[in-house]
Amino acid sequence: MPVMNYIQAVTQALKEEMTRDEKVFVLGEDVGVRGGVFRATDGLYEQFGEARVLDTPLAESAIAGVGIGAAMYGMRPVAEMQFVDFILPAVNQIISEAAKIRYRSNNDWSCPITIRAPYGGGVHGALYHSQSLESIFANQPGLKIVMPSTPYDVKGLLKAAIRDDDPVLFFEHKRAYRLIKGEVPTEDYTLPIGKADIKREGSDITVITYGLCVHFALQAAEKLEAEGISTHVLDLRTVYPLDEEAIIEAASKTGKVLLITEDNKEGSIIGQVSAIIAENCLFDLDAPIKRLAGPEVPSMPYAPTLEKEFMLNPDKVERAIRELAEF
Amino acid sequence: MLKEGHALTVEKITMPQLGESVTEGTISTWLVKEGDHVKKYDPIAEVMTDKVNAEVPSSFTGTIKELVAEEGETISVGELMCYVEVENVKSHEDSSNETEKSQETKPAVEAIEETFDTKDQSMKMRYSPAVLRLAQENDIELSQVKGSGKSGRITRKDIEKIISSGDIPKSNLKETSSSDDGNTVQVSQQKSSYVQSTEGDIEIPVTGVRKAIAQNMTRSKAEIPHAWMMVEVDVTNLVKYRNSVKDKFKSEEGYNLTFFAFFVKAIAKALKEFPQVNSSWAGDKIIQRKDINISIAVAKGQELFVPVIKFADEKSVKGIAKDIATLAGKARNGKLHSDDMSGGTFTVNNTGSFGSVQSMGVINHPQAAILQVESIVKRPVIINEMFAARDMVNLCLSLDHRVLDGLICGKFLARVKELLENTSNENTPLY
Repeated sequence: MPVMNYIQAVTQALKEEMTRDEKVFVLGEDVGVRGGVFRATDGLYEQFGEARVLDTPLAESAIAGVGIGAAMYGMRPVAEMQFVDFILPAVNQIISEAAKIRYRSNNDWSCPITIRAPYGGGVHGALYHSQSLESIFANQPGLKIVMPSTPYDVKGLLKAAIRDDDPVLFFEHKRAYRLIKGEVPTEDYTLPIGKADIKREGSDITVITYGLCVHFALQAAEKLEAEGISTHVLDLRTVYPLDEEAIIEAASKTGKVLLITEDNKEGSIIGQVSAIIAENCLFDLDAPIKRLAGPEVPSMPYAPTLEKEFMLNPDKVERAIRELAEF
Repeated sequence: MLKEGHALTVEKITMPQLGESVTEGTISTWLVKEGDHVKKYDPIAEVMTDKVNAEVPSSFTGTIKELVAEEGETISVGELMCYVEVENVKSHEDSSNETEKSQETKPAVEAIEETFDTKDQSMKMRYSPAVLRLAQENDIELSQVKGSGKSGRITRKDIEKIISSGDIPKSNLKETSSSDDGNTVQVSQQKSSYVQSTEGDIEIPVTGVRKAIAQNMTRSKAEIPHAWMMVEVDVTNLVKYRNSVKDKFKSEEGYNLTFFAFFVKAIAKALKEFPQVNSSWAGDKIIQRKDINISIAVAKGQELFVPVIKFADEKSVKGIAKDIATLAGKARNGKLHSDDMSGGTFTVNNTGSFGSVQSMGVINHPQAAILQVESIVKRPVIINEMFAARDMVNLCLSLDHRVLDGLICGKFLARVKELLENTSNENTPLY
């Protein structure tokens, strides 16, 4: 099984889906000749031509709108937002149109669009290149939000997103692009959207998180294993709608739960996870549910020291786990 | 230790971050070799990343000591590329000192935390929902479980371990309800509903000594069938005697010669003659105490202490007066030890000091009786068919009717009365 990095898995999934189904096409800023600012669409233009790999103007509302229209007519567009920070001009298209068209048309129409966007900090991206915006979309029934953590999950879930008959937001952590490597099967496979995945079995502490933080949790867990602290790590993979069953099972398993997100704490995805646990697991809880998240600061600072302070890392996760273990 | 022998120190050069999403780089060419002298900012290697080709500058002025990464090797940002020997000792010394310091202090902090953890049991009674549920489902008595969590908290894991071990500490409520142990009485008392406060009322939490008093009194009244007797004693002679010597006594001894000391002395002597009164109920037997240890009640603010005058029958009036002064002083200063308060066999209560002329004492469990010495008051008394103004005092005795009856107590009180009425300069030495 070949080892590839996170972004190569994105490219691989796009290539395979475009080969499998001619209705699949890519559009976005600099996705064509340039191959994407992160090189996610590298080689697609050469392989599939300009009709299926569209360089668009700097107009995110148009990228989403064109994609939504094409999707409603039976195409399978994969729209790229260069950074998730730039998705905001397209929010009206996504929430008002893509998310609601099936409901509004009484099931006559659907919108099988996938919107990809790199998110997250830790790359000196500062204000406009570091945000985590998933929670903006996380109470819009009709939308799905997928945020994978490993190359294997990237390929399987991106293919599933493209094949999904409804709109899927596919958020990729930009720092994971070249940091995270893993084995990815060459054959065709998909992974179920809406299902969380146990990334590590443990019995003392349950960590529930998603995206890059999964790796921080795994690194911390590895280190704490030597001290006799056994950590269970659940990767949400899909942050909307949440996999309630898996969350309840994981939380009940140890009764001590740490929830992690890189997003600002208040109003984040993990607040919802916490509510699910509180509603369902009271009599299994052995400690207050603990959240580890970004501070309530408007944006990721540019100064490296402050960025480091803002970002989560394995040490912060380790400290939080140890605190819970000692409780 | 690297700088041994010469004033050189070895610094590391690591892979720099060469772009916003770059996490690793491949060394395409080393531009220096081991032993080369480099200046700060001189390029030392060409590095290739996904996005750029760049030259890595030296962060120090010095001599290349060792090239760790090889050409063609891909290493992560922050990983070691090479070592440079630098002639700047100070910064290295500083940093090494710092690490040494932090290493030295760390174990100390841990040690403090450890002792803190083992002593602090403040979370012992804070049960999580999981712990409560498991304890209930498996009938585990939580008060008997040792907690491994923070500040003695019982964790879910602690309970799970107990369940899997099969050695489950059960609640012992059933056993106590059939035994003679007084705990059950307290339990049922505590469970009965209490009055509610209304607006403007002040609620005072019941803690410490107040709680102990409440428990002891409840136990005594619930368990012991109390009976009462009272005798009237003419202590005119005693008063005269005491008043004639008290000033001299105070100046010589440094503490007061109280009436109370005379009463205790007389009672101790009578107890020696009536050991039945100096005893305890013990279910299937009555225990007569050999030692005569007199408990005396000492009030301090909201609190009541009952210190003990040990071997009162062996002590002179002076010895008893001294004990009273010492114990009362200790009580006022909060210095009483449990030793000072244990071993009492009979209680004498100086209710007269509050002006009381008659009272019904609650027996100090597990003793068999308590004697209240009331106020000495001048009253007209008929002696030889004539009125006389006499110093009179009431002695009230509460007795455990399981142990004692009216006959024996009447004899005991008559003897105390006799001893007190005959107290005088001639037949009662102070020393």
